[in-house]
Amino acid sequence: MYSFEFEKPSTIADAVAALAAEDAQALGGGQTLIPTLKQRLAAPSSLVSLSGIAEMKGVCIEDDGSVAIGGATTHASVARDAAGSYPALAALAGQIGDPAVRNRGTIGGSVANNDPAACYPAGVLGSGATIVTNTRQIAADDFFQGMFTTALDEGEIITSVRFPVPQAASYQKFLQPASRFALVGVFLARFADGVRVAVTGAGEDGVFRWGEAEQALNKEFRPDALMDQRVNPVNMIGDLHGSKEYRAHLVYVMTRRAVEATM
Amino acid sequence: MPKDSGIGASSKRREDVRFLTGAGNYTDDINVRGQAYVHFLRSDIAHGRIKSIDTSAAEAMPGVVKVFTGKDFEGVGGMPCGWEVTDKHGAPMQEPPHPILAQGKVRHVGDPIAAVVADSLEQARDAAEAIDVDIEELPAVMDMKAAAQDGATLVHDDLKNNICYDWQLGEADDAKVNDVFANAAHVTTLDLVNNRLVANPMEPRVAVAEYSRATEEYTLYTTSQNPHVIRLLMCAFVLGLPEHKVRVVAPDVGGGFGTKIFHYAEEAFCTFAAKACGRPVKWTASRSEAFMSDAQGRDHVSKIELALDADNNFVGLRTNTYANLGAYLSTFSSSVPTWLHGTLMAGNYKTPVIQVNVKAMFTNTVPVDAYRGAGRPEATFQLERVVDKAARELGVDPIALRRQNFITQFPYDTPVALTYDTGNYNGTMDKLEAAADLAGFAARRAASEAKGKLRGLGINCYIEACGIAPSNIVGMLGARAGLYDAATVRVNATGSISVMVGAHSHGQGHETAFPQVVADMIGIDESMVEIVHGDTSKIPFGMGTYGSRSLAVCGSAMVKATEKVIDKAKKIAAHLLEASEADIELKDGQFSVAGTDKSVAWGDVTLTAYVPHNYPLEVEPGLEETAFYDPANFTFPAGAYACEVEVDPDTGQVSIEKFTAADDFGNIVNPMIVDGQVHGGIGQGIGQALLENCAYDENGQLLSASFMDYAMPRADDVPFYGVDHSSQTPCTHNPLGVKGCGEAGAIGSPPAVVNAVLDALNSGGKAVDHIDMPVSPSRVWAAMNG
Amino acid sequence: MTQVSMTVNGKPVSGDVEGRTLLSSFLRDHLSLTGTHVGCDTAQCGACVVHVNGEAVKSCNMLALEADGADVGTIEGQANPDGSLNLIQQAFQDHHGLQCGFCTPGMVMSAAALLKDNPRPTEAEIRKYLEGNLCRCTGYHNIVKAIMAASGQDVSSIAAE
Repeated sequence: MYSFEFEKPSTIADAVAALAAEDAQALGGGQTLIPTLKQRLAAPSSLVSLSGIAEMKGVCIEDDGSVAIGGATTHASVARDAAGSYPALAALAGQIGDPAVRNRGTIGGSVANNDPAACYPAGVLGSGATIVTNTRQIAADDFFQGMFTTALDEGEIITSVRFPVPQAASYQKFLQPASRFALVGVFLARFADGVRVAVTGAGEDGVFRWGEAEQALNKEFRPDALMDQRVNPVNMIGDLHGSKEYRAHLVYVMTRRAVEATM
Repeated sequence: MPKDSGIGASSKRREDVRFLTGAGNYTDDINVRGQAYVHFLRSDIAHGRIKSIDTSAAEAMPGVVKVFTGKDFEGVGGMPCGWEVTDKHGAPMQEPPHPILAQGKVRHVGDPIAAVVADSLEQARDAAEAIDVDIEELPAVMDMKAAAQDGATLVHDDLKNNICYDWQLGEADDAKVNDVFANAAHVTTLDLVNNRLVANPMEPRVAVAEYSRATEEYTLYTTSQNPHVIRLLMCAFVLGLPEHKVRVVAPDVGGGFGTKIFHYAEEAFCTFAAKACGRPVKWTASRSEAFMSDAQGRDHVSKIELALDADNNFVGLRTNTYANLGAYLSTFSSSVPTWLHGTLMAGNYKTPVIQVNVKAMFTNTVPVDAYRGAGRPEATFQLERVVDKAARELGVDPIALRRQNFITQFPYDTPVALTYDTGNYNGTMDKLEAAADLAGFAARRAASEAKGKLRGLGINCYIEACGIAPSNIVGMLGARAGLYDAATVRVNATGSISVMVGAHSHGQGHETAFPQVVADMIGIDESMVEIVHGDTSKIPFGMGTYGSRSLAVCGSAMVKATEKVIDKAKKIAAHLLEASEADIELKDGQFSVAGTDKSVAWGDVTLTAYVPHNYPLEVEPGLEETAFYDPANFTFPAGAYACEVEVDPDTGQVSIEKFTAADDFGNIVNPMIVDGQVHGGIGQGIGQALLENCAYDENGQLLSASFMDYAMPRADDVPFYGVDHSSQTPCTHNPLGVKGCGEAGAIGSPPAVVNAVLDALNSGGKAVDHIDMPVSPSRVWAAMNG
Repeated sequence: MTQVSMTVNGKPVSGDVEGRTLLSSFLRDHLSLTGTHVGCDTAQCGACVVHVNGEAVKSCNMLALEADGADVGTIEGQANPDGSLNLIQQAFQDHHGLQCGFCTPGMVMSAAALLKDNPRPTEAEIRKYLEGNLCRCTGYHNIVKAIMAASGQDVSSIAAE
């Protein structure tokens, strides 16, 4: 790792101030960032840890019934504390990485990083969640802007993510065997006003909504409604672990399974 | 009844206590006062000509002690290859130089270009980034068949082509082989790839070297399976140092699996630099570095043809293999595709005519050398896949076809240079059929199908040649080393024993199993015997641990040394008991005079040896004996494995539902440890079959360069394994009758897994002949929909 | 350099570290607690698992300064007060749950964290929980068996000792 200063503010305001320094970078749980630093692929002047900010931690239910999760809440906490209020999201959190990674990694860190194979982006986009930062609220549909790219500005911190709770939802993850990220992950949420399907791991531009499947399922919510639906392999990732065609096929299979799981 | 101590007992491992409490002493746990750290600047391109290296900026960086490049090693030897293979025309293999740091060209991603020694590791890394290297990129030589063509880009400019050797074993008369195939009732042909693997012991490699100006002695602590071999190679071939001034210590080593056999450039570098810098020098590989600097395994592309007569007897076998050696010859690389591979092509079968052809290729990839099984998994995979395919083509039961062709008479001279001393392949298959409940498979398949899954059963037989090996024979075959081993049994005055052994334990449990043998021979408690290993200053000599040889070879040396000790102790006992030496018997730690009640205890005899007041004048005081043991033949463990898989037809996902191994290891010293060795081998074999794939792109970039892309088997990828080793035909030529068990699982399991997947697909109406490993969901799905 | 203080295996410790110093380095290099091993650089292998405030974490993937004030447990603090192996350690020895020993500290620490939350895990739960702990020697058979045994389950029907 290159040398950097370490700061651990205890309020959002102090964190924002610290991040105003040139080349300062926020540190969530560090489960992706620290390996990146070890490879010397990033050279921040300082790392501003968000782990000491109490107001950014925890799962709570808002007045409108939505589930708000603090940006510095670990995957393990979400898996445990959202199990009653939003079981499908809790289940997703419980499938990220491994137990030790889940004890450190945070929702804010994962969403801000927007790894194309990460689980949370599918949950956030599939739920139509709202990303709350220190300055504004961003709809999930506007937030994810391609692999490792988001609507966040320099120094902007995800303070919480607010999830409307669907009638039913399911996350279906097919493991990339080495990293155990999603080779394909599909988060399907069924709201009163329609179905949302978000896919991670597969798309060359990162997480995406599968509109054709949503339309088909809105017409008729049953597995066979997807029978003739396939994503275009051209836009899928093809690599060592699976071809474009295979990923396109898995998107169908995982979506179908998500439908079955929510029937 | 299982024994509770001595040979045959599942004694609990004494070494576990330190490992379980964090008290192990691995190489990276060793720090030497004043040590500096080295970081290697490694090539990020696969093939290129070095135009210039400017280290001046790096040398001026904070904390930098010294910067080395290839120039600093001109006149110093290169990394040696320990086995000269002769090609089929009688010419020696092409043997290019392998410098410690690149000279002239870089030849694989990870090839070290320069080394920075600095006060801290991060300073060394900082300075390495300041080295200015100008490399003219050349086309990467990646595809072995293309590399063998005339006019192909050369990995080594001074060689005539990229073919290290074109080797043949077995029937040399092509016309005779052609005849066999022309007259066969059936010929089964298969093209297959044995995927390149990375051994990935959990402990990355480490080297710490120091030099004493006072004594002019070097000490190298290194993660090695064979410290004496490292000392010999480094002193004799690389650095030109007197062996008596060099101590090599391999302390606790966190797994080896072959990849820590070899003498690596980093070891020689640290030793050299410790003197050049006047400071101890430490190198700790990161895992990423391991992926591009540890010798890798397998990587064969083969065509195999099996000829059968009208009664389904195997009448001929021919193989043509391209074996990837990578960019340089690693220590034992040349022996793997040849004498450890071609010799195994008879397998368990009495095929009368066999011809094995191997072209070994240089490519712009990390060097390839022995990995658990080393050549034998490659042989077994080809043979057992083609036998399985033949059974399917002929519509016969794969077990019946194998049984029909089993060798049943021993000793058996194979057409590929080996003499199997003993075995009972039908007996072992009987054990497998019972242990794996093959009778119940149909019901299990029905249950899987009811869940929408395809279920397959895969059978595999293997034979391996272990206990490497008679020095005179391997010498004739090109080995540049003897392959005996040594042990010293030092009995202390109070009767406790230190046994200095040349084998090295890095997971195999020697510290527990070896004392079981010595204690059993004398009849004393195991706790009175301790093993000393891994330090050239404490041990007479040793060729180390690999090829499932430790107990068969080093254990035999230990038995011989113990016998010498007992013989001498009997002389002393005879004197004390005033009896004839011939009448002295040793049992349960008591020397007694046959037919009398006169006896003297082990401890009294050992004390007498060191306090020789009442002592036979013709006998030297003391009680310590050394023995070297050179094996008379290889040992031939063999077995039969069964794997049951479920395939999810929607995704191609394969899950191992049941795995059973029946092995014949001859006699067994510690069944618990033997089972553990088999489990581990199966785990790695399942890894090769389903998950692991060291892949490069066409430019020689390593695609699977970390655990993020190289899929290691995890706990939920594998089931509990059934292990049966009650089929035992003891080795006929070593004193313990042992054969070796370390590699069996890795040899026996990959074909069983792949055969099972294909059985599952075919049961579902998919006529799929073959899928290359790793049989990933993507590949299974493609095969089903191809 | 910044001072970091924490409790390790019940003992207060402190030291001067850089921002980039990893918890694993602090334990190994500053405190000479070399039982915590580093087997990879991508947070996959789990040889470095320790407990921070009672939770399993990968110490090579956490900055030492992030553990300031924390209660840290390592393999060196696992044995019983009299120095004998604790229940999990003893089960690993009894069932040959280790070979080379390199992954073992992380395995034991993960097993302890699992059994704290789930005192009687099934085979499948154990295998799933060990997703972040690689072992190259044992094929996992005896590790899973040892953890089942440590949780008081009868493992005699599981093949092979």
